[in-house]
Amino acid sequence: MNLQERLAAGDVRALARLLTYAENDYPEAEEVIKNLYGRTGRAYVIGITGPPGAGKSTLTDKLAKALRARDNTVGIIAVDPTSPFTGGAILGDRIRMQELFTDPGVFIRSMGTRGHLGGLSKATQAAVRLMDIFGKDYIFIETVGVGQSEVDIVKTADSVVMVMVPGLGDDIQAIKAGIMEIGDIFAINKADLDGADRTKIEIEMMLDLNENKAWRPPVCKVVAVENSGMDILLGHIQEHRTFLSESGELVKRRARNIRNELMDLVRDRVMEFITRETGKKLTVDDLVQRIVAKDMDIYSAAQYIMEAINK
Amino acid sequence: MDKPIRVLVAKPGLDGHDRGAKVIARAFRDAGMEVIYTGLRQTPEQIVETAIQEDVEVVAMSILSGAHNHLFPIVVNMLRERGADDVLVVGGGVIPDDDIPVLKEAGVAEIFTPGTPTTKAIEFIKQNVKRK
Repeated sequence: MNLQERLAAGDVRALARLLTYAENDYPEAEEVIKNLYGRTGRAYVIGITGPPGAGKSTLTDKLAKALRARDNTVGIIAVDPTSPFTGGAILGDRIRMQELFTDPGVFIRSMGTRGHLGGLSKATQAAVRLMDIFGKDYIFIETVGVGQSEVDIVKTADSVVMVMVPGLGDDIQAIKAGIMEIGDIFAINKADLDGADRTKIEIEMMLDLNENKAWRPPVCKVVAVENSGMDILLGHIQEHRTFLSESGELVKRRARNIRNELMDLVRDRVMEFITRETGKKLTVDDLVQRIVAKDMDIYSAAQYIMEAINK
Repeated sequence: MDKPIRVLVAKPGLDGHDRGAKVIARAFRDAGMEVIYTGLRQTPEQIVETAIQEDVEVVAMSILSGAHNHLFPIVVNMLRERGADDVLVVGGGVIPDDDIPVLKEAGVAEIFTPGTPTTKAIEFIKQNVKRK
């Protein structure tokens, strides 16, 4: 059997190998996704995001267990940062998910960002599709620990859970633009710490100021290490899912995400094309050298590249 | 840039000392590898399942408790049973010289004992890994 047939038949090693191909930009992964595209779109994709140390991995572990107890299969994509200096990475999200390793209904894949900004890796979407084709009911995407503007998850997930912890900042932090705007559900983790109620009130206030009231994100307190509050959180995720389906937002949201992904894909291919085609006369590096030496200005160089595309 | 080598750094057995494993994980990272680190007290089943799902090219195990003769060959055999016989398995920790030939016979590619410079382990992996 080839990889595609093995994936369709539920072979774990085939899924693992295709994920590697997707990460390494090898054409095999793209071929398989193309051929089995009709099987995508069945899994429900949950994004887990929040600042470093908020407890994203632990929370993902507990939510996955709760879903397994309801007989759902689960895929987890856990993203950690790649060093911009060496290209290496320590992928440590599995440390909090040990009991899931040997559960045949769970597949966990750790990924480095490999230079991609925005909190995910470039291959995340392909990885979601492969797990979806494989037949997972739910797919979690755990982002890198985010700061204030890594919002790629909202372009990839159906529901985004924003994991917060008490004591990270005042109410002005909560009304800044950026990651606070992308949560569909807010989970205040480590809610046994001082300040949890205050954090909850600040987030509630911020949410009440939002114009769009069709879905008002719920805010719940959880203590992931003690497995406390998981049923409530999972309930909120299901409510959001129901809201998306019944309001027609799910279709719109997925269409918007596909549009974004399509544009990113085209942008990447155009960049590859430029690097390849421009190189026939002046390479991009040549152009850069000329601009640095003031033999050319940056706008003329851009024009030069555009002309190379138009030919 | 070359595609990074993916390595699982694992601690089988019951000893609670992972300083060495963390030092080696950090050295691998600085050598441009993607290191999956899973924490202490891993069973062979957990290590093998992780190696397969993560599709790693290398499994590097560290053990200080003396159970290496028992646990290293189990992991090698389980990887083979799952068809992952192309994975390079290396070991480290407090391992007596007399045990090393036995472990190599069992399919562990190399053993790195205390005092080995991290660069030596990195070189060994780079030269012996089977790239996908």
